[in-house]
Amino acid sequence: MADLTSEFLGIRSPNPFWLASAPPTDKAYNVNRAFEAGWGGAVWKTLGEDPPIVNVSGPRYSAIHSNDRRVIGFNNIELITDRPLQTNLDEMRQIKRDWPDRALVASVMLPMNEEAWAKYVPMIEDTGVDAFELNFGCPHGMSERGMGAAVGQVPEYIQMAAEWCKKAASIPVIVKLTPNVTNIVPPAKAAKDGGADAVSLINTINSITRVNYDTLTMYPTTNGMGTHGGYCGEAVKPIALNMVAEIARNADTGDMPISGIGGITDWRDAVDFLALGASNVQVCTAAMVYGFKIIDDLTDGLSAFLDDKGMTSVSELVGKAVPSVTDWQYLNLNYVEKAVIDQDLCIECGRCHIVCEDTSHQAITNTVNGERRFEVIDEECVGCNLCVSVCPVDSCITMTQVPNDLAPGNWTEHPNNPMRKTK
Amino acid sequence: MPAPDIRPNRLDKAEIDKNFADLHPPLSRGEALIEADRCYFCYDAPCTTACPTGIDIPSFIQKIRSDNLRGSAHTILSENIMGGMCSRVCPTEVLCEEVCVRNTHEDKPVEIGLLQRYATDPIFKDGTQLFERAEASGRRVAIVGGGPAGLSCAHRLAMLGHEVKVFNRDPRRGGLNEYGIAAYKTVDNFAQREVDWILSIGGIEVEDEVELGKDFSLSALRDAYDAVFLGIGLTLVNDLNIDNEDLPGVENATEYIAELRQAEDKSTLPVGRNVVVIGGGMTAIDIAVQSKRLGAEKVDLVYRRGPEDMSASEFEQHLAQTSGVTVHHWLHPKALHGIDHVTAIEFDKNGQSIVLEADVVFKAIGQKLAGEQLADDLQGIDVDGGKIIVDGDQATSVVGVWAGGDCVAGGDDLTVSAVQHGKVAAIAIDSYLGGEHG
Repeated sequence: MADLTSEFLGIRSPNPFWLASAPPTDKAYNVNRAFEAGWGGAVWKTLGEDPPIVNVSGPRYSAIHSNDRRVIGFNNIELITDRPLQTNLDEMRQIKRDWPDRALVASVMLPMNEEAWAKYVPMIEDTGVDAFELNFGCPHGMSERGMGAAVGQVPEYIQMAAEWCKKAASIPVIVKLTPNVTNIVPPAKAAKDGGADAVSLINTINSITRVNYDTLTMYPTTNGMGTHGGYCGEAVKPIALNMVAEIARNADTGDMPISGIGGITDWRDAVDFLALGASNVQVCTAAMVYGFKIIDDLTDGLSAFLDDKGMTSVSELVGKAVPSVTDWQYLNLNYVEKAVIDQDLCIECGRCHIVCEDTSHQAITNTVNGERRFEVIDEECVGCNLCVSVCPVDSCITMTQVPNDLAPGNWTEHPNNPMRKTK
Repeated sequence: MPAPDIRPNRLDKAEIDKNFADLHPPLSRGEALIEADRCYFCYDAPCTTACPTGIDIPSFIQKIRSDNLRGSAHTILSENIMGGMCSRVCPTEVLCEEVCVRNTHEDKPVEIGLLQRYATDPIFKDGTQLFERAEASGRRVAIVGGGPAGLSCAHRLAMLGHEVKVFNRDPRRGGLNEYGIAAYKTVDNFAQREVDWILSIGGIEVEDEVELGKDFSLSALRDAYDAVFLGIGLTLVNDLNIDNEDLPGVENATEYIAELRQAEDKSTLPVGRNVVVIGGGMTAIDIAVQSKRLGAEKVDLVYRRGPEDMSASEFEQHLAQTSGVTVHHWLHPKALHGIDHVTAIEFDKNGQSIVLEADVVFKAIGQKLAGEQLADDLQGIDVDGGKIIVDGDQATSVVGVWAGGDCVAGGDDLTVSAVQHGKVAAIAIDSYLGGEHG
């Protein structure tokens, strides 16, 4: 069995799965249960100044469901901890004492003045936590008060706060980034420039779940009014993966450890994040949807995968896929693939035909010699992968390379590119 | 010679109620959404092609997925006005569900019948009107028969703006939907609720308990109306043509089924201890299963050929077997025994004689037009094998007269086919009358 022991900024944990700073890590009771279930670490729910904030008592969560009520996307308007700071600190100290082999990280959100950081950071560090995570991501409520995403959206603020924290702390500092920016690299670079040891991402994405079809108000509301929340869960994973990969492959930020967050539900999601450059992962929504027991699949699924790949540790997987990520302009335009439909697997639903016919390149038949039959018309197929994407049968349609004699060539040299490089 | 053991109250009312409860209980919303999700929304869907009325099945299922049940019901009912009854009685396993591509994928089709019921039930519960009548054409059409074919034709003609008069033979409307279908397939008086909803479009007048050949003639209708549609069903039960066929206790399955459907309290129906059913179609299965569920101790269903030759679907045959009916194949009826009541029936199996004791023998070997009786009234309409010959538009050999349902030749005796006949005929009649909708 592959060794799942993880080391992130020198912090050891029995596996690379930490619970993200969120309701599941609100207090000792939950974190105890999580560690009993086997979670490798926990980032405590974000601490703030006393007196604590107050949460709404109306709905804090809402979801996008599949027809069988599987939660695909999740929205929340919960704020940081609403408990007194001392209560949290006492419980964190106790948890770290009871679970010395697990990672325990303090998430903090403080006002943008150095005094606050100088006052609280040593107090929190004294609990024995392994690291700080600076919450510059929370997109609702706290951002209206100049914290959370309001900091994360301004690289200069990120750098400033990271510097204040580093000055007051002797343990590692992770900066948690908001995805509510147009380019994730400058905030990551600001964290690095501020002396942060690592970044974690993504926090939640600004979102409104839907409207209430009866009242035609947004849904959900508190006494008739609602506010945008933060979107998370399976639906956000591709957005998170892109941002993780952008940081991992950038020359300025690529050397910074990344803690990957965003829709991790099963072990394959963890493989995605690790291979695209994260050194460990954090989970919240999946635990909030299914409970802590999902750690079983996350750990033994990942372990079996590493075994199958002949890898002995998680670190061997980290960043494996990063070299395969590039800019569009560098893709080989002379490489040709076409779809091939396995007629033995085809169930003749015709979906490939109709989507190609209606929305793409008219490259799949519906009839051959008077019989219902779906075949690729090679001359028309551009290799777009739409048919593969919509086919309900796994592996029925595959993309196959059509070899040619052309040397690799990309957009940077293409004659149609007015900005092409001349050799 | 022991007296025949035929009596009511073989089972108490509670047990009978249980036996005659909905054969396929309706889907809950949760079940329907999950089942609807299984539909692949096929292109040129095989299920639609297999549906005699051509319902756009992927579309109505798509609308279930989005809780657009009124739209879903409209998609169904605009092709098949009896989509409610058909969702209960269609042999979907040999129609839409047989060709579902899920069969290829996982050997389990989408439950199209149950989804169709889920989509249409609210319409009949609330009486929601989904269709509007076109501007009045001033044309009048006579429809003979208040069954699925006649009512389907009537509804479509009313939609197209024509005035319709339906001549209905029975006290209640709906034809075999009301008198013929097994009780556990259409519970809660659904047949009447459906008829009431169909008629609620307006423009359809119904006269009950009037019979062609007795109370009016075809020639009178042809004189008084612009077109005539015959949906008269089949009334004469085929004979076994063996000795002692007129013995008491030898009964027509269709008559007993009608009696059963009309009974307020099914425990009051007389039921034989030993029941033998002759036939291999839906009627045979229905009478056999219902006899068993009324408390008959032993029910034998006897068919002269093999299981694959039976017109009852595999599901129906399975239903008979799991209901406790013994199904026999390759037995030819030879003679009925008894003096003043049937006591047994003798069969031939490859030269060997087999005798089954019987308090009641039900004949369910098909029906035909009451030919002699109707000969004069049909006015030279071409008939073949006791059924009316029609063309692709359901037109008979007589100009201005269309026909559909069980009374026409070449059909499959299904409700859904009768509905299609009525619809096709209505569109043809509209065209004949100069309508723009043909």
